[in-house]
Amino acid sequence: MNLLNDPIHFIAQWLQGLLTGWGLSLVLAKVILALISITVTILFAMALAIFLVWVERKVVARFQDRIGPNRIGPYGLFQPLADIIKLIGKEDITPALADKFVYNLAPVLALASVILLWAILPLAPNIYGVDLNVAVLYLVAAGALGTLSIIMAGWASNNKYALLGAFRTVANMISYEIPMVLVLLIPTLLAGTMSVKGITEAQSPTWFFFLSPLGALIFLISAVAELGRSPFDLSEAESEIVAGFHIEYTGMKFGLFYAGELLHAFTFGGFTAVLFFGGYRFFGLENLGPLVAAAIFLVKAMFGYWIIMWIKYTMPRIRIDHMLAFNWKFLTPLALTVLMVTAVMEKLLAGTSPWIYSLGLFLANLAIALATIEILHAFGKWQRKTEASTKPALQAGQYYEEQNP
Amino acid sequence: MQNGWLYIGLFLIVGIIVPILPLLFSRLVAPRKPNSIKQSTYECGIKTVGDSWVQFKAPYYVFALVFLVFDVEAVLLFPWALMLKRLPLFVALEGILFILILVAGLVYAWRKGMLEWL
Amino acid sequence: MTPVQIVFILCAVLILGSALMVVSTRKLIHAALWLIVTLFGVAILYAILEAGFLAVVQVAVYIGAIAILFIFAVMLTRRELRDKSPQLRKNWGAAALLGLLAFAGLAFLVTSQPGVGRTAAAMPDGLDTVQALGKSLVSPQAYLLPFEVVSVLLLAALIGAVYIAFTRKS
Repeated sequence: MNLLNDPIHFIAQWLQGLLTGWGLSLVLAKVILALISITVTILFAMALAIFLVWVERKVVARFQDRIGPNRIGPYGLFQPLADIIKLIGKEDITPALADKFVYNLAPVLALASVILLWAILPLAPNIYGVDLNVAVLYLVAAGALGTLSIIMAGWASNNKYALLGAFRTVANMISYEIPMVLVLLIPTLLAGTMSVKGITEAQSPTWFFFLSPLGALIFLISAVAELGRSPFDLSEAESEIVAGFHIEYTGMKFGLFYAGELLHAFTFGGFTAVLFFGGYRFFGLENLGPLVAAAIFLVKAMFGYWIIMWIKYTMPRIRIDHMLAFNWKFLTPLALTVLMVTAVMEKLLAGTSPWIYSLGLFLANLAIALATIEILHAFGKWQRKTEASTKPALQAGQYYEEQNP
Repeated sequence: MQNGWLYIGLFLIVGIIVPILPLLFSRLVAPRKPNSIKQSTYECGIKTVGDSWVQFKAPYYVFALVFLVFDVEAVLLFPWALMLKRLPLFVALEGILFILILVAGLVYAWRKGMLEWL
Repeated sequence: MTPVQIVFILCAVLILGSALMVVSTRKLIHAALWLIVTLFGVAILYAILEAGFLAVVQVAVYIGAIAILFIFAVMLTRRELRDKSPQLRKNWGAAALLGLLAFAGLAFLVTSQPGVGRTAAAMPDGLDTVQALGKSLVSPQAYLLPFEVVSVLLLAALIGAVYIAFTRKS
């Protein structure tokens, strides 16, 4: 291996030789190397979070037909730095009766739960933190930590609205974890492994998006709900409960929540890319070098993040009872159906050529989608008929209340 | 393995330390002038009314219960999904039986009205 | 001392300390949070034992679902979220004596096992524990029947939850 093909291992070997040459034991040298790589990964993630603030503001501006930040630096690129300087300089106001330790721990835990996900994300065939063999469930576990930090934030603020916002957000997030975990079973099933690197490598003829488009769609929807972003952003319903669980957080603590949310969105874009769109693979281009593969991965992750932003700035907020009904009465049965059909079709088409395999699974998904649309259509018709038979007909120009004064 | 999980443990430790650094830096740089008005609870800019607890609605607990059952089910399906590719067809049918029993549970909860946000 | 032993001792101190805080802290919500620390320590133990699947399942299910259920239950049944109850009950002496006797009995049982001081044999190379678990869960000779019975158990839990919620509402 040389510097170009395998930079991480090359540098690691060189540093290890250097450290053991200085007299450190092998174990200690490995631990120091691990710490160096962890710090570099985390700093890269934080720098990416800062860059994402600029991307977010420019994109929302374009969606709203305005320019966005363009004063500070070329094209407003240094705007996030100005934001950080402002946030650091703000006074840190802690509510009087707040629970100090839990109150301070919550934003740190929220950002830590997102940074933890970067340990398993493979940027290139040779650039990744660790190849865990249970990486898909690790994604779910890190989400659990994030949910916990929201309850802690809401409770420790000693504020009715924070508590209410925290309850609603947590009910939202845990409900949408079920379709997400069920759909995460589909790449596991199709690849035969739970490690994200293995799933990336297994997408060789076709990306899993073409084998299971419904799975990708359900994953995207539940990921948007998990992030607490619009249209599921009950926690930040400005007109209703004024910023929800982070209402009492000022200065850099709020900055940590905000940066955590953006980085979480980008990380989920990255996971969509890895699980359904082939990760760093692109028709063999990734073999040109690790930097090319990392660039491919980041472009795909940015594309996923773009879709999440697009959804956020286009759709209105959904009410909580609609949201929960949508999850438990539509997404969960749909995810279970897709899982069962994918399992059966995978076994039936196991030995055939890749074209027939891909086509068979794709058509199965299409059949499920068409059947779902037909069921919804029939249900809507039945609902309209029962409502029409129970409510008397309107006269022209009358409202329902006027009929029974 | 050992190296993998040790890496994750170190990652957790460093991942908790790194967000603390901006907070510490802010503590050095930012002003600190607490007074009773600034530290009072925020309630749309007016004085707070009543205690700072809310009546916890039962549906939150109900949804958490249903979530727990389905979370355990989904997690138990992971070893099945992992090995499905290497084992014959009836393995898929076993898993489908597992899922169908719980779909029956979901339908029961639906019909009993437990999935309503009242 | 091998590094594994050092990590194990730290982890054990974490688990025991936070378990002690669970039962001795005054505010209920703090008890729930200390319970989360205990559960996380158990997850670390699983990771030390090279049971990675169980470690992430512990965090995802215990901390992500059961601990949240505990916190919701505490918030549902407590009128005042900051209540303080007395620390020790009247006959805490008898309870402490019983606890000590139980600990002595268990310690005697554990140390009288033949292989208690040995280091564990290394795992055979290439053995993927999750795959082995998956295979044993679906093969009729191994654990297929308990696997299906577990789904019936979960169904019973769901029906029980519906029943309790239903009678509570009506």
